Parts: sequence; C-alpha cells; structure tokens
Amino acid sequence: MATLTTLRIRRKVFKGYLAVFLIPSLTFIAVFFLLPVILTFLIGLTDMDYSFKWNWIWLDNYIKILSDRWAYKIMMNTFFYVFSTLTFFNVGLALLISIATTHVNELVGSAFRALWLLPRITPSTVYALLWLWAARGEEYSLFNWILGFFGFKPIDWRLTHPWLIVILVNGFVGTSFGMIIFTAALKSIPEDYIRAAKVDGASTLQIIRHIELPLIKWPLLFVTAYQTLSLFTSYEYILLVTNGGPGLYTTEVWALYSYHLAFAQYGGIVKFGYGAALATILVIIGIIMSIIYLKMFRFSELMTEPKIEVV
Amino acid sequence: MKVGRIITYTFLILITMPIILLYVLLFLQSISTRLDGIIPRGFTLSNWEFLSTGDIIIPGTTFSYYPNLYLVLGNTFLLAILIALLEVVFSSLAGYALSRYRFRGRSKLLTLTIILHAFPGITLLIALFYVLNALKLYNTLTGVIIVKVALDLPLGIWIMKGFFDSVPWDIEMSALVDGTTRLGAWWRVIMPNVRNGLMAVLIFGFLSGWSEFIYVLTFIASQDYWTLSMLVYALTTGEYSYINPGVTATVAIIYMIPVVIFFLFAQKYLLRIQIAAKGV
Repeated sequence: MATLTTLRIRRKVFKGYLAVFLIPSLTFIAVFFLLPVILTFLIGLTDMDYSFKWNWIWLDNYIKILSDRWAYKIMMNTFFYVFSTLTFFNVGLALLISIATTHVNELVGSAFRALWLLPRITPSTVYALLWLWAARGEEYSLFNWILGFFGFKPIDWRLTHPWLIVILVNGFVGTSFGMIIFTAALKSIPEDYIRAAKVDGASTLQIIRHIELPLIKWPLLFVTAYQTLSLFTSYEYILLVTNGGPGLYTTEVWALYSYHLAFAQYGGIVKFGYGAALATILVIIGIIMSIIYLKMFRFSELMTEPKIEVV
Repeated sequence: MKVGRIITYTFLILITMPIILLYVLLFLQSISTRLDGIIPRGFTLSNWEFLSTGDIIIPGTTFSYYPNLYLVLGNTFLLAILIALLEVVFSSLAGYALSRYRFRGRSKLLTLTIILHAFPGITLLIALFYVLNALKLYNTLTGVIIVKVALDLPLGIWIMKGFFDSVPWDIEMSALVDGTTRLGAWWRVIMPNVRNGLMAVLIFGFLSGWSEFIYVLTFIASQDYWTLSMLVYALTTGEYSYINPGVTATVAIIYMIPVVIFFLFAQKYLLRIQIAAKGV
C-alpha cells in the first residue's frame, strides 16, 4: 500500500497524464471545429473562389446580400420552413404522439415510438428516396394510388406541392427528438398527481390539460429552442428532395443557398467568399442560441467540480 | 373512456402508417416487376442478381456508370468503423479527464463542449473544404473521417463524461491507494464500468459514419472513394431510378442492414443517442 508521501510525489507525474487524456480531442476540435468557425468568418470577408486566394473585400459580401434579389425570398422561405416544420411536427406532432403513446398500453405505446425512430436512423439518401418514389407523378405511385380511390387525378407532388413534400420529409424525421424528450418528461410525472385527479373525477382530457401540459413546460421550451436552431441550419433533406426547386429558389433555404453558392453553381462559378458570408450569419445565430441554451437550461449545474481530487 | 381509446389508437395508426408503408414499399420494390401502389404485380429475384459481381449495369447496355457495389460497401464500412473507434477512444479519454480531474480551465472546457454540441457543424462546410484542401486531404476518406470525428466529438465527450460521473469515486480511490497509476486505474477499473457508454458512442459513431452524405458529397471527388450514400444518391437522381427502381431498392436495402440490426437489438442505446444527438 502506498503511503501518503508517495501519493504526493506521484501527484506531479499523474497531472502529466492529463495531457494524454485531453490532447487527442482538443487537437481535433481545435483544427477541424474551432479553426473553421474563425475561417468561415474570415473567408466571408474575401471574394475567394476555387483558386483559394485571399483577396480582401471586407464587408462587400454583406452589402451584396442586401441587394441580392433572391436573398429576401430565401430568408422568407427559411422562416416559413422552420416555423411550419416546428409547429406541425417537431413540437406539435411530437407532443401529440407522446401523449397518445403514454395513455395506451405501455408495450403498444413503445412500439409506436420505436417506429418513429426509424426515419431518423435511416441513411438520409435512402429515406429521401422512399419519399421521392411515394410522391412521383405516375398513377401507381403511393400518393396517387391512395388518392385515386377518392377520385383525385395523379399529379407529380414534388413539382406541384414542393413545400408539402419538404415539410413532410423533414417533419417525419424531426418528430422523434421531441417525442423522446416529452415522453420521458410525461413518464416522470408522479403517479399520485394523476390518481388524485382521477379520484376528484377529472377526465383524461382534463388531466392532460391541467396536470400534464403545465408540468412539461420546460421540456417544451427546450425542444422548441433546440429544434429551431437545428432547422435553421439543416438542408440535407431539402437538397435530396427538391434541391431548392422546382424552378428558381422555390424551396431554397438560407443554409442551402450558402451551399449552392460554394459547391454547386451552374457553370462552375465557385463563390466561397459570398457563401461563407451567408454561412457566417448562421454561425452567429448558432453561437448566440447555443449560449442561450446554456444559460436558460442551467447546464452549469451539470458542470459541478469533481467531488474529490484523489491525486 | 372506451371511445377515447379508439380515437387514440386510430390516430396513432393513421399517423404512423406513412412510415410503415414507405419501408414496406422499399422491400416490395426490390422483389416485384411492377408495383401498383402497394400491390406487387409479378414476383422476381432479378433485382438481386447483380450481387454476384457487384456491377450495376445499365439495362440494354454493357456499361456501368457506377463503381462496384462491393468497393463502395468496403469504403462505407471502413469509414464507419474508423469514425466509431476514434470517437470511442478520444471521447472516453477526454470524458474521463473532464469528469475526474480538477484543472485550470476545466469549467471553460465544459462550457465549450456544450456550446459546440449544440452548434451546427454543417454551417462550416466551406471553411472545412479550405482546411482539407490545405492539408491535402481533399478527396480522401481520411479527410471525411477526421471532419466527422471532430464534429461528433463534443457529443461523445458529453455522453462519456456523464457515464464517468456515475461511477463511484471509491472504486478508483481504492485502486489508486493500492498503487495503480492513474492511467492504469482508468483502463482496468473505470472503463469496465462504463461499457454502456462506450457502446452508445460506438453505435452512434458507426451509424453517423455509415449514413454520412453531405461531407462525402462535398469532400470526395473520385468514384473510388464513394460510400453507399453517394451510390444511392446517384441511383436516385440519375435516370436509373426510372429504368430499374428494383436495383436501386436492392442497394438501399443492403444499405439499411446495419441500421435495422441496431434498430432491432440496440434500442436502449439508440434512445440514449437520440436524446443526446441533434438533427432536424
């Protein structure tokens, strides 16, 4: 058994291990996460193209955004996309499903919730493919086939209702995040509250309205805040399903516009500078909102000091 | 009461139906000559025949515009497993330090981890392209792996720190008093106690690498380094999905295999990951 003195002597040596523990992660995060944050901001001040030359034009890109005839439309698209997906799916449907699945048989409820996880863990390209097939214009595609029974004529849903498809595709993925959090919160409500209400003769709807909903106020706020940021910066599924179309920028959102400018310009004109300026705005929104979560949801409580420092 | 239950079940079934139908259709598509809605017309296994060579030939020609399936499958597996392993090693090292060491800047580092965890890494695409290009890692799987690991790490560290926090101090204390080194205590005493956390990070890393699309699309130029996401994307957007949806469906089903395995057998880890993970 080691004596107290040897423990003290070892302390210095052991502190040295701290570097071993931290350096791999810190190096990766510094070079491929923190540095890119700074670079995004800096590249946004240049008119960099594929030659990667640092030609400083300072705030010209931002002035250009103001006169960009598409920027306003794309900004409005982004708000519409975030608001609709959030209201109908990521918060709305998520809440409905978690209430419904916690009020039925436990096993059946969790089976339904498991199914809702499937879209999220399916590779995005496969998941988008499934919807693209279902929404195709032929009369035997899933949508048209079902609606055919009600006498509807076959239409190409992606061309005629692009926003509907974009919101459905994103919504069916986005619902599961809120669903899991709300379900956990609902399950943690003490059984006594519900029982007491039942004894007093409250109906299920009254219990939901006056007991369950008020008690999951914080999870509701958390999911809303968190998913707003996710939706603002996400564009993967839109790229896969409509790629911003049909036509000019019909379903283009801010993050996708930045991507298109940098990597998918017609005629191969690469606008890293302008794209980075657009991305910088998202980066700033991202940083501000991340800090808000940190303050609002008291993450600091999770950061208490280690109880004892052994050596 | 009874009416309420019927309404609840009807609601759940109706709203979940699209998910069930979409996946059933994928399966039926691969074994049918034609589909009317969800009714298969004509059973066939011809869509699975290309698996013998892995070459996806355009019908009516002898060409394949696409790389060999097995090359793509190998790339995808390599990418996923390396991302998973690096994330497990790095996040369990850093998570341990943040959970157990008291050092200057610890709380700042934790704050940074949380901010980065919430921060959408996808917005950094242009700058990451610049960095990879400068490091000569553009158009390499290594480049994609490094970027993925860096962007996933804050989440991994956060998960692992939580697991380390829940291991009682006494276990470690007694090991240290008995004369083990700190590194030895970490490896022999603590790590076996956080197996669930390691599994969660491993599965998260694997699925995250296996499914990755945007970074492969942006940072890989050569078909030799394609992963399954690129192959499915190319099959979907190209004419091929119209000429022969059955083969596209078969590739998509093969792509889904690990996902389905984790879905069926690792739900408890998946739930944990989903809560911690971000996305739309």
